[in-house]
Amino acid sequence: MDPNLRREILLDNYQNPEHKKLTDDPSYIKINTNNESCIDNLDIMYKIENDKIVDICFDGEACAISTSATSIMIKELIGKTIEEAKVIVNEYEKMLNEEPYDENILGELIVYNEIYKQPNRKKCALLPFESIKKVIK
Amino acid sequence: MNREDFKILDTNLVYFDNGATTLKPAQVVDSIVDYYTNYTANAHRGDYDNSLKVDMMYEGVRDKVKKFINSDKTSEIIFTSGTTDSLNRVVFGFMKYHLSKGDEVLITKAEHASNVLPWLELEKELGIIVKYIPLNEQNIVLMENVKNSITEHTKVISLAHVTNVLGDTRPIEEIGKLCKEKNIYFVVDGAQSVPHMKTDVQKNNIDFLAFSAHKMLGPTGVGVLYGKYELLDELKPTIVGGGMNSLFEADGMVEYKMLPTRLEAGTPNIAGVIGLGRAIDYLLEIGMDKIHDYEIELKKYLIKRLEEIPDIIVYNKNIEGATVAFNIDKVFAQDTAVYLNHYHICVRAGNHCAKILKDELHVKNTCRISFCLYNTKEEIDRLINALKNSKDIFNIVL
Repeated sequence: MDPNLRREILLDNYQNPEHKKLTDDPSYIKINTNNESCIDNLDIMYKIENDKIVDICFDGEACAISTSATSIMIKELIGKTIEEAKVIVNEYEKMLNEEPYDENILGELIVYNEIYKQPNRKKCALLPFESIKKVIK
Repeated sequence: MNREDFKILDTNLVYFDNGATTLKPAQVVDSIVDYYTNYTANAHRGDYDNSLKVDMMYEGVRDKVKKFINSDKTSEIIFTSGTTDSLNRVVFGFMKYHLSKGDEVLITKAEHASNVLPWLELEKELGIIVKYIPLNEQNIVLMENVKNSITEHTKVISLAHVTNVLGDTRPIEEIGKLCKEKNIYFVVDGAQSVPHMKTDVQKNNIDFLAFSAHKMLGPTGVGVLYGKYELLDELKPTIVGGGMNSLFEADGMVEYKMLPTRLEAGTPNIAGVIGLGRAIDYLLEIGMDKIHDYEIELKKYLIKRLEEIPDIIVYNKNIEGATVAFNIDKVFAQDTAVYLNHYHICVRAGNHCAKILKDELHVKNTCRISFCLYNTKEEIDRLINALKNSKDIFNIVL
């Protein structure tokens, strides 16, 4: 991927993240990321109906990589079934772990395909995925 | 100063994370290698030469620590695994048996986790009450607020001498005096102060002092607990086993040794203690006052230079200490730290283990620069240049 395009996508999702607003709707499940990281503090909320991810939203304070990854993850996962989400999460983790992965199902998440070059940021890119794993088990 | 003793600095590295841990001079590393290479043996054991040498070295460090912090007796010095271990022993080995329900412990919201969580555990266990001395608008402790926080139920004041986020120095001499008058136990977390200034436990009436070797040019995994003899003698061992007992029988009859051995069960971190001893020698060869003055000078220079950059927010500009907490406006602290890493400048980003300070500081995460004797103004200039160019931060971190 062209590095300028990659940066543009990341920066846009960091500075203008989508779905960045929490809801009072009690049907959402809320997961905080503090367990995974001392510094990034994101609340991510999931609405799941009939094994389908109907909506995700988030709020909080985190670095550029974690925030953009959360924004992009949310866009990629809304509307997916739990099973589809599991596959995406799995392939995404393979990509970050430098294992063979199916790039066709990752959509825009592919922008993180070189994050392995910065090992200190891998955790940041995984942060929202650690959260959704608790929901889809 | 003394940069030639820190080989890692030859790599063009700028190390500004000394509040987390300091670099180690060759002399300290050599002393540890020497023990492992030339005279390995256990302490307090055999009658052979190397074992006796180990005893002399190990106990010799106790004497060095005694002089370094000006305690009254060598037996008041206990080697632990670090500040956290030392503070836990004070709380769970002493306070647990000397406090009761309703007794009040005064700390502040700027304390490190290791001076908060043990107290909160004891609060749950015993029903003591943990109270926070209010910080002023600069987030520092004023004597007036200490005095006003004391009630008839106050039994302990437990404070860092120098805090780890903002680097402010507390008026411990006055607090110590007050504690003596009011019969309050005075516990001091010296992790950030002992490495950078003269410490005097007697002058400041400190009942218990905790600090770590690795923040003062020494190795990780070793630290010190100082306690006034009559108090330390009542501290129950939180770990029991070899070395600390004088006899035990099958019927449960047990007798423990005198201080300090009673509080050092198991084979101690001998190499670590020897390294700590060499670190103390090293610091004293330069002189603690000289180190302190030099680090303050670096901080003043950094503050002055940071003022050249409009979008830098400094949180402790007017606080005298060797630490600077800052952010680039609208940039998350961790992104700043990753950006500076690109220029081989090491700073710490986060809440620095003081998670409740955010209530006072109104910002959760900061970048922290904490100095040590080997830092220079030239290194500060490198930092300033990097920060001045930070318009391109996202080209670098993304």
